[in-house]
Amino acid sequence: MTMLGKLDWSAIPFNQPIPLGAALGVFLAAAAMLGWMTVKGYWPYLWREWITSVDHKRIGVMYIVLAMLMLLRGFIDAIMMRTQQVLAIHGPGYLPPEHYDQIFSAHGTIMIFFAAMPFMIGLMNFVVPLQLGIRDVAFPTLNSVSFWLTASGALLVNISLVIGEFARTGWLPYAPLSETTYSPGVGVDYYLWAIQISGVGTLLTGVNLVTTILKMRAPGMGYLRMPMFCWTSLASNLLIVAAFPILTATLAMLTLDRYLGFHFFTNEAGGNQMMFVNLIWAWGHPEVYILVLPAFGIYSEVFSTFSSKPLFGYRSMVAATMFICIVSFMVWLHHFFTMGAGADVNAAFGIATSVIAVGTGVKIYNWLFTMYGGRVRFDTPMLWALAFVTTFTVGGMTGVLLAVPPADFVLHNSLFLVAHFHNVIISGVLFGAFAGFTYWFPKAFGFRLHEGWGKAAFWVTLAGYILVFVPLYIVGLLGMTRRLQHIDMDLWAPWLRVAAFGVLVMIAGAALQITQLLVSIRRRDKLRDETGDPWDGRSLEWSTSSPPPVFNYARLPHVEGEEPYWRIKQRASEEHSPDRGEAYEPIEMPRNSPTGFVTAFFSTLIGFALIWHIWWLAVVGFIGAYATFVIFAWRDHGDYEIPANEVARIDHDHMAARSTLLRSRERPA
Amino acid sequence: MTNHAFSSDISPASQTLDPHELGGHAARSATGHGEGGPASKFVTVAYGFWIFLLSDIIMFSALFAAYAVLAKATAGGPTGKDLFEPARVAVQTGLLLTSSFTGGLATLAAYRRSMAATQLWLFVTGLLGAAFLFLEMQEFAVMIGLQAGPSRSAFLSAFFALVGCHGAHVSLGLLWLGTMMAQLWVKGFRADILRRLHCFGLFWHALDIIWVAIFTLVYLLGASS
Repeated sequence: MTMLGKLDWSAIPFNQPIPLGAALGVFLAAAAMLGWMTVKGYWPYLWREWITSVDHKRIGVMYIVLAMLMLLRGFIDAIMMRTQQVLAIHGPGYLPPEHYDQIFSAHGTIMIFFAAMPFMIGLMNFVVPLQLGIRDVAFPTLNSVSFWLTASGALLVNISLVIGEFARTGWLPYAPLSETTYSPGVGVDYYLWAIQISGVGTLLTGVNLVTTILKMRAPGMGYLRMPMFCWTSLASNLLIVAAFPILTATLAMLTLDRYLGFHFFTNEAGGNQMMFVNLIWAWGHPEVYILVLPAFGIYSEVFSTFSSKPLFGYRSMVAATMFICIVSFMVWLHHFFTMGAGADVNAAFGIATSVIAVGTGVKIYNWLFTMYGGRVRFDTPMLWALAFVTTFTVGGMTGVLLAVPPADFVLHNSLFLVAHFHNVIISGVLFGAFAGFTYWFPKAFGFRLHEGWGKAAFWVTLAGYILVFVPLYIVGLLGMTRRLQHIDMDLWAPWLRVAAFGVLVMIAGAALQITQLLVSIRRRDKLRDETGDPWDGRSLEWSTSSPPPVFNYARLPHVEGEEPYWRIKQRASEEHSPDRGEAYEPIEMPRNSPTGFVTAFFSTLIGFALIWHIWWLAVVGFIGAYATFVIFAWRDHGDYEIPANEVARIDHDHMAARSTLLRSRERPA
Repeated sequence: MTNHAFSSDISPASQTLDPHELGGHAARSATGHGEGGPASKFVTVAYGFWIFLLSDIIMFSALFAAYAVLAKATAGGPTGKDLFEPARVAVQTGLLLTSSFTGGLATLAAYRRSMAATQLWLFVTGLLGAAFLFLEMQEFAVMIGLQAGPSRSAFLSAFFALVGCHGAHVSLGLLWLGTMMAQLWVKGFRADILRRLHCFGLFWHALDIIWVAIFTLVYLLGASS
């Protein structure tokens, strides 16, 4: 027994140039970044304004920054997989199997848990309280804890690049492959602790946002007056609360198997491998909707705003959302029709899977009818939404095809399946994230993103996406299975080359998007939005300034119907005054707290210690986490007061800008 | 240090139980259903904790499901009938249910603002919980001594995980209880302390509900089949 458990110098991949080079690159970039921030003296600012912030807007932005970094990391994995498959036609390629296996596992894990999830949660965090017309989420400090736990999980996955290895089991560590017999290394342990820690963060976010949406709406904001994005956020967070505990329990069982010799999923002593697959997908299928429902909400906002019309069929949209929310728990078995549950069971789940597409179909038609007869504006968010509604429908149709059990028996585990879920998740979730990012960016920072670069990024990314995944559908139909490290079939070769070319185009798309961000920051004075309402919006978030003050609203808005801001604007243009003329009152806001950051520090310590069997360090971590909890619980002043005259001063400038805006715009009759 | 009323009726208490005043001036009597603005801090905290408890119960349901699947997978080893001792489990059940009752008495004492009675009943609650835990550990030790530990069979893995997870919750509850008592002692009946006390009560009663399910589905069914 050594002080450092299983950890020694052999954990560093000195003999593998690719991971070592990558790790060195990341390390140097991070060190350079930290050094630059130290030299510039940014630390106090970062600590005060961001790291310890409990403001839902700041936390939302940090979630999205994390998501974008991890999106790039996962994208690099994707590039490596596509190039390996081209270079390994009748050859070994450049990635040995044990490394290639880690890459596809890391790609899926990172994209789902650390890119898509934080992106969606970040947007919900930022937007939901603003749309509900309130000052923060229900539990602001808990919100910060959630974010930092997610970041802690992401950090652990990235540490595995340098110290040790990552799982070679795929993004869901199917047993018994993930048991110690077949995966004796630390890879699966990295997976387990990273996902467990970030999963707790996600669960707490779910609790927080459900409570926020159900209990903390502005006066008059009844359920059927909430913007669509709030409804889909509610559905998504209800799913988090109901599904993530299953993930926690399942991964805990696998952990017990690996650490304490339990027999939940082992080959011997009565373990049941199919139980793992059932449990993991009982979480995994709702997870798909946890990701896509917020995106559906974003598209609803975008279609309505950029068509200058109320959302068509608002109530049917609410019904479809809640229908999907419930039925998403009844389809999990379609992920493993080939388990052999029998024809009756497969037929039931096949039908349920086809039925859930009806809810999505309702939504698609509602979006189309929202555009019908509207004055459609083709700004970048609308372009992403239009690309979604066209390409997502194709992905949905291949999904219904896979829902037919006999077809699934032929197509399962093939690249057809891979193409299907990328088809729906990229156009569904990623395009939604980009649309939401472009749409709400001016709200967060007070200036727009550059339209020209944004449109270029959109078209190039769309072309790359089609070029990658249409060939994958075809090779899937030609019998190519997923996760192949080398290829011996000439039949597939041309299509794989097209897909690799498509990845090149997607790289260009990503580069254009980064350029868009940099150019926009550089030209922010030209792109400045003084009005707070750059898109002629309809919901409450556009009624406050950009960026909003820390308290969001100087006076809580009174909601009298759907599309409250649209009504305010209409009335103001009739009465020529946007001001309700009420007095300002002092506002109490929650104080900053380092609790989230410190908790994440200790949880990272605990995770790392448990991965490497450094038991004493794990104990230290637990004591530290408990001490943090007690210190936080002991504080006497959780909030501070912003005096009424300060509120009035901050609000005055915005009201002046808004009056100018309202005078300049002509309301349609 | 505080004189305000504390009751399950949220409307009078809510005025003082909203330190952030996130609801602003409109929040005084709001229920959060939309007509009057954000609900009070007390309602929000209790509601959020309920949501958390529901998620915790779902986690237990996954463990229950695993136990149901693996209950017969004894791999030639001992069954529940061989191992379970109904007498000990009956005492455990009595201890835990009584601790819920004394927890309720602590809540009533907190309503009366009686520090001595609140602390006393919380202490008794903790004592009963600790006795429950002691018996559970004893049971585990006996089973492991009989070569019937969690590694023996999938059935025993599921048993130890399910019952152990409940035990871990009770342990965390005791840690929380101790912290809570210290806080109450130092800070008095402050609004935020009372909210936490309320959440602790919810947590402790929820553990009872889980235990009733374990008692029925694991011990009674296991000892009879």
